[in-house]
Amino acid sequence: MKNDILVSLKGVTKKYGNVTAADNVNLTISRGEFLVLLGPSGSGKTTILSMMGGFTVPTSGQIIIDGEDVTETPPALRPTVTVFQDYALFPHMSVLENVSFGLAMQKVPKAARYKRAEECIDTVGLTGYGDRGIHQLSGGQRQRVALARAIAVEPAVLLLDEPLGALDLKIRRQMQAELVHLQKSLGATFVHVTHDQEEAMSIADNIALINNGKVEDYGPPDRIYLRPATLFAANFMGDSNLIEGTVLNNDNNQVEVDTSFGKLTISGEAKQGSNIHILLRPEQIRIGVASNKKGVSLGEAKVREVVFQGTHKLCHAYSGKQFKSKIMFRVSPDHSVVAGDILSLHALEPDAVLLRD
Amino acid sequence: MRTWVRNTPAAIYLLVVLAFIYLPVVVLVLFSFQDGPLPVPPFNGPSLHWYEKMFGNERLIASLINSVVVTTFLGFLAAYGMARRTPRFAGGIRFSLMAPLTVSYLIIGIGLLITLNIVGISKSLFAVGIGHVVINLPLCFAIIYSQFGDHTRNIDDAARDLGASDFQTLLHVIAHVMKPSLFASFCLSATLSWDEFIIAFLLSRFDVTLPVIIFEMLRSGLTPEVNAAGTLVFAISVTTVIAAAITVSALTSGRKK
Repeated sequence: MKNDILVSLKGVTKKYGNVTAADNVNLTISRGEFLVLLGPSGSGKTTILSMMGGFTVPTSGQIIIDGEDVTETPPALRPTVTVFQDYALFPHMSVLENVSFGLAMQKVPKAARYKRAEECIDTVGLTGYGDRGIHQLSGGQRQRVALARAIAVEPAVLLLDEPLGALDLKIRRQMQAELVHLQKSLGATFVHVTHDQEEAMSIADNIALINNGKVEDYGPPDRIYLRPATLFAANFMGDSNLIEGTVLNNDNNQVEVDTSFGKLTISGEAKQGSNIHILLRPEQIRIGVASNKKGVSLGEAKVREVVFQGTHKLCHAYSGKQFKSKIMFRVSPDHSVVAGDILSLHALEPDAVLLRD
Repeated sequence: MRTWVRNTPAAIYLLVVLAFIYLPVVVLVLFSFQDGPLPVPPFNGPSLHWYEKMFGNERLIASLINSVVVTTFLGFLAAYGMARRTPRFAGGIRFSLMAPLTVSYLIIGIGLLITLNIVGISKSLFAVGIGHVVINLPLCFAIIYSQFGDHTRNIDDAARDLGASDFQTLLHVIAHVMKPSLFASFCLSATLSWDEFIIAFLLSRFDVTLPVIIFEMLRSGLTPEVNAAGTLVFAISVTTVIAAAITVSALTSGRKK
C-alpha cells in the first residue's frame, strides 16, 4: 500500500508579536502513523499540535487534513480530537458521561452512545468504572478516561499533548506501551507531543524533532538516534560524545579531521578548514586498540568515574592529549573497571557521524 | 510557658481589635431586644416586642423582599455573565471592568441618577438594580476570572473539540466547573447589595430597600425597631457569607480528592 497522506502542514508559521513559535513548518503524516513531536520546552511543539487541533490559527501557511484545508476551521468541525496534558475531564460527570459527551453533542441517542462509550471504556481497560466520578480515579485512570473520551468520536487524527507528563515513571512506561497497542489496534493516526526522548523513541513510527519552532530533524527513531542530521539532534537524543575538530583534508567522501584525539579519518563531506563535530554514542566506544582499518583509534583514557546503571556501567573518562578531553563510554555490568584505570579506546568508523556546525 | 508569655500581648491586641470591630454590632443587636422605647442604656431586659413591630410593618417587609429579589437575581446574572470565556480579553478591558471598584458609590449613584434621567428610566427598584450591577460586576468578575485558570480553559477547549456549541459548553460544562466561584460571587454580591445604602437611596422612590427604610426610620426618631431591622440585615449578611464560605470550601476540597 502506498503511503496515504492524511495530514500535511505546508509552510506553517505562527508568530506571537516578535516571538516565532512555529517557523515555516512542513510535515506530512500518513494514515495510521504514530508521529511524535519531540523537543525541549518552549520549542514550539505544542503550538504546532494546537494548530493541528484548531485551537491556534497559523499566521501563515496551510494545514490540510484528509484532503481538506482546515487551516482556520474551528476544533469542533475538524476530524481531530485533542487529549490534553491535564486530561481536561469534566469533573462533575461520571466516567461514562465523560466518554459519551462527544456523542451526545452529535445527538446520538442515549442507548447507542452509552453502548459505544462502554466499548471505549473497555478498550482502555477500565471495564466497570463507568459509574465512577472523576475524583475517585488515579492519574493513570484519568489518562485512560481522556483517551476513551477522545476515541469515542472516532477522530481521524488523535492529538496528544504531553499526555503522560503527569504520571510517575512506572505507569508512564506502561501507558507508552498501551498507547502504541491502542494506536495499532485502532489503526488510528496519533500525533503525540513530548519532551522525553526515551518516550519518543519507544513509541514513535516517526519523530519530528522541534527546536526554535523549526523541524530540526525528521525520521524514524533509530535513524535520528544513530545518524542525527544536526548537532542539536545529536545532543538531544540521549548521551553523546561530540568531538570537536577542524577538517584538514576532504577527499573522495573521506575527511581527515584534526581533533584533541589526534587525526581521525571518517566518511562524510565537509569543507576543508571548516569546524565540525564527530558524534559517537557511549555504547559505540569500545575498549582495546583498533585492530583493523575500520577502527578509529581514540588513544588512551583515564577513567574518572564509574556509574553502575544495571544493564551497563557508564564510565566518565579523560582522554586525548594530556587527558584533557572528556569522553563517556559503556562497559558490561560485570566489567572490573574502576576510577583511575587507564584504558585504550577505539570506535568503528561506520558508527562515527560527521556533523557540520 | 515561654510561648504563652510571648503570645499574650498579641492575644490582647487581637481581642482589642475584635472588640473595636464587633462592639457596635453587639450593642446594636443587644438593644434590638430592648424592653422599652429607647435603644439606650440601661438595658431593661430582653423582649421581642420590636421584632414583632418590625414584622408588622408591611412597608419594611416589602422592602426586605425587594432587596432579596434585586440582589439574588442580579448577583446571579452578573456572576454568570462574567463566567463566560474571557481569556483573550486584553488587559485594558480587564482594567475597565475592575475600575468601578475604585469609584465611590456616591459618585456612581449620582452618575447613574443623571444618566438614567437622560435615558428616561425613572427612579425605581429597577434603577437600583442597574446601580447594583455596576458596583458588583467588578467583584464578580475578579472572583470568577481568578478561578478561570488554564485547567478550566482546557476543559472548555475539550468540550468544544468534542463538538459542543458555545451555549452547550457553557450550560453542560463551564457552569458546573465554575460552581464554587459562581456561588461565592453570588453570595458576595447578594451581601453587598443587601447592605448598600447610597445607590439604593438615590435611585429608589416608592419601592425602597431595607437600608433606605432604616434610614427613614432613623430620621423619624431612634427606636429599638431600627436596631431590630439592623440586626436582621446583619444576620442575613453573616449567614450568607458563612454559607458561601462553607459551600466553597466543601466544593473545592471535594475537587482535590
